[in-house]
Amino acid sequence: MAAGVAAWLPFARAAAIGWMPVANLPMPVAPTEKNKRQDELIILNVSGRRFQTWRNTLDRYPDTLLGSSEKEFFYNEETKEYFFDRDPDVFRSVLNFYRTGKLHYPRYECISSYDEELAFFGIVPEIIGDCCYEEYKDRKRENAERLMDDQEDNKDAKLPNMTFRETMWRAFENPHTSTMALVFYYVTGFFIAVSVITNVVETVPCGSAPNQKEVPCGERYTVAFFCMDTACVMIFTVEYLMRLFAAPSRYRFMRSVMSIIDVVAILPYYIGLVMTDNEDVSGAFVTLRVFRVFRIFKFSRHSQGLRILGYTLKSCASELGFLLFSLTMAIIIFATVMFYAEKGSSSSKFTSIPASFWYTIVTMTTLGYGDMVPKTIAGKIFGSICSLSGVLVIALPVPVIVSNFSRIYHQNQRADKRRAQKKARLARIRISKTGSSSAFLHSKRNGLFNEALELTNSTEDEQRLSKSTSLLESQHHHLLHCLEKTTVSTHILQLYIFLLFLTNHEFVDEQYYQQSYLEAGLQNYPSRSPSLSSQDGVTGTCCTRRSKKHHTPLPNASAPAHMQPLTHTHTHPQGLQELSTIHIQPLSTSRSSLNMRVDEPAPLNCQSSQITTAIISIPTPPVTTPEGDAHLPAGPTHQNVVKVSAL
Amino acid sequence: MSCRKRCKREIFRFAQYLFRLITGSLNTDSVEDELELSAVRHRPEGLEQLEAQTRFSRKELQILYRGFKNECPSGVVNEETFKDIYSQFFPQGDASTYAHFLFNAFDTDHNGSVSFEDFVMGLSILLRGTVQEKLNWAFNLYDINKDGYITKEEMLDIMKAIYDMMGKCTYPVLKEETPRQHVEVFFQKMDKNKDGVVTIDEFIDCCQNDENIMRSMHLFENVL
Repeated sequence: MAAGVAAWLPFARAAAIGWMPVANLPMPVAPTEKNKRQDELIILNVSGRRFQTWRNTLDRYPDTLLGSSEKEFFYNEETKEYFFDRDPDVFRSVLNFYRTGKLHYPRYECISSYDEELAFFGIVPEIIGDCCYEEYKDRKRENAERLMDDQEDNKDAKLPNMTFRETMWRAFENPHTSTMALVFYYVTGFFIAVSVITNVVETVPCGSAPNQKEVPCGERYTVAFFCMDTACVMIFTVEYLMRLFAAPSRYRFMRSVMSIIDVVAILPYYIGLVMTDNEDVSGAFVTLRVFRVFRIFKFSRHSQGLRILGYTLKSCASELGFLLFSLTMAIIIFATVMFYAEKGSSSSKFTSIPASFWYTIVTMTTLGYGDMVPKTIAGKIFGSICSLSGVLVIALPVPVIVSNFSRIYHQNQRADKRRAQKKARLARIRISKTGSSSAFLHSKRNGLFNEALELTNSTEDEQRLSKSTSLLESQHHHLLHCLEKTTVSTHILQLYIFLLFLTNHEFVDEQYYQQSYLEAGLQNYPSRSPSLSSQDGVTGTCCTRRSKKHHTPLPNASAPAHMQPLTHTHTHPQGLQELSTIHIQPLSTSRSSLNMRVDEPAPLNCQSSQITTAIISIPTPPVTTPEGDAHLPAGPTHQNVVKVSAL
Repeated sequence: MSCRKRCKREIFRFAQYLFRLITGSLNTDSVEDELELSAVRHRPEGLEQLEAQTRFSRKELQILYRGFKNECPSGVVNEETFKDIYSQFFPQGDASTYAHFLFNAFDTDHNGSVSFEDFVMGLSILLRGTVQEKLNWAFNLYDINKDGYITKEEMLDIMKAIYDMMGKCTYPVLKEETPRQHVEVFFQKMDKNKDGVVTIDEFIDCCQNDENIMRSMHLFENVL
């Protein structure tokens, strides 16, 4: 029952008068309202814009936020209104849903923000009225496709621990990932071109000896062409076998279109090799050579436009089918008509209906070869009708195919453009965020100062702490501190205090490195490492890779996914395991993104060292705190140094 | 219309069609030519007048009007909308026939549309009227041709309409002759002088003496 007609319920109940005199049984007792509540207005304050409505209006849909008692969570006692910190524009649609019973989707609204608002207010998007539902579904599908495109791009990210096979497959699929792959890509392309040109030139008549007729080049220079063919086929075979080896699922690879094309391209050669001496099948052998032209389809790996064309044709299969069907119908009709129209005239080429097919096709596609022409007047009239209708019939499904092609092509263009711009975009985002990420470390320093001051009761530095961080920030920092303290390890060598910073799992740059720290830290120590900065200098490395090889089960190590973007080459000698200096790539760090998405596409390249962290010890208090955390009995050498992490 | 006139009109329309075919303007909006009644706007009498005429309080009238206007922004209900609204309360069956009879009962001035005044007057009688008035109204409903008598055919129509509202999914399954039997029972009860019709006095007398019916009248107490 729609919400709007709820107001007519009294009427419906009153209309029951008609049943009463004829009823066989007495009527049941009507439900009574215990306390007849007067309808009241309630105020909904959405980001400052006040909406008012009757309480009954909202009660119509009790399984949504506004209709249930869930809205009491948002009740503001002082102002006696319900406050929602959401978008007021979208809220209009939501409220109209309660009022009219129909949910509309405004076209100018972004689909994901609208979805979020609906989810917040507990409204299922399926209730969107018919007037707006199609638009909503279209936009949602577009958005999903775009997201899928983005995700597919990220599959290019190289995992550090790929087997040789996986690397090879990746190289085959994305030639731009490594130089070898690119070289291979161009070499195969070149050989495809050479092979195709050879096939073509083979049939060109070369100059002949004066007393002989023209021979095609293929027969004149048989050996040369044979060698060329062999070379090409060998390259193709090797390529095919390599792809077969590298494919993650060989069965699926063998079924794919490209592999079938590959096989068809090289098979004729081998069959020809086997069958050269058999005279009977040499005719078939010649036919097989035709298949060599399929090598040109191998270009579709190299050309995206070709792939798109193929994909379009596949997706427009129904339109093509319709085109074919309607053409066939028209051909049969017109061929029959022409045949009977031309039956009377002598020396007519229209000897049978199938013979007239040729005329009809040529006419309908407006080719008009002129090898068959009608001679009677009736034939000419019908012939002209045939050509006019041919234009129409062919012109109708073509725009559908064209628009499909255009859509897919533009989608691909957009995807490529997005990929190209992604790096620049991310770099810009990084730059804007570096400001915020250093704030944490900054405040940590302030926080540590705080602790030191509290313990030492020094008042000089208090002014420095007047740089206030917001309550949210300070609480967040506190949380991160707690995490640090939690993961403190217990074996701490007193002498190598600087190691402690590493083993304390301090946040140097809060992102994936957290995990790397944990892992490294828990395995690190007993190595005695000499001084901190001198050894590794600026080109230190993150030892995550090395530590991973040791593979001890780590209590806190969550997904090794965090480690993946790190690709390094280690310049350290093996024994040195501490993370003395760390390379930190200025990736998009955000203080709040502790659950970072790992699909950062920019691979870390430690060669481009941009940062080093100079790790300096913290001012450790003279006594260890009772929790036994890692501020240890510091050596006097490291008393007054402040830990800083520079980004 | 006479045959000649009709022929002339047809020829004229065909000529028009040919003309439009040639000039390529065939797709004129023929829908516009056959407009139904244009949007009728109706404003009810003032609140005070309605208050005086009916037995509803001001607040109740306000609530009623708001609900009324929500479904019928133009201020009047035509039969289609009426049937629509009423059918929404009985989704399992076909309430359109009964709604038709109801519409005729509400539409006291028989102009094809129910205005807010009609609506509210009817409701006032049904919900706040005396037993006599209610029974009178019910008799009016049953008397389809408003001639003062309920015949068996009229009653059968009404009965069928009521049974239609039940729909097909009843237990036990309703048989074809159930309405007819029901009408027989009704007539046996109501028709005192066995003349085949029920007059208003017979109806009201009989109902007032019937305990079940009287008890059922309390149903209308707390509706609004």
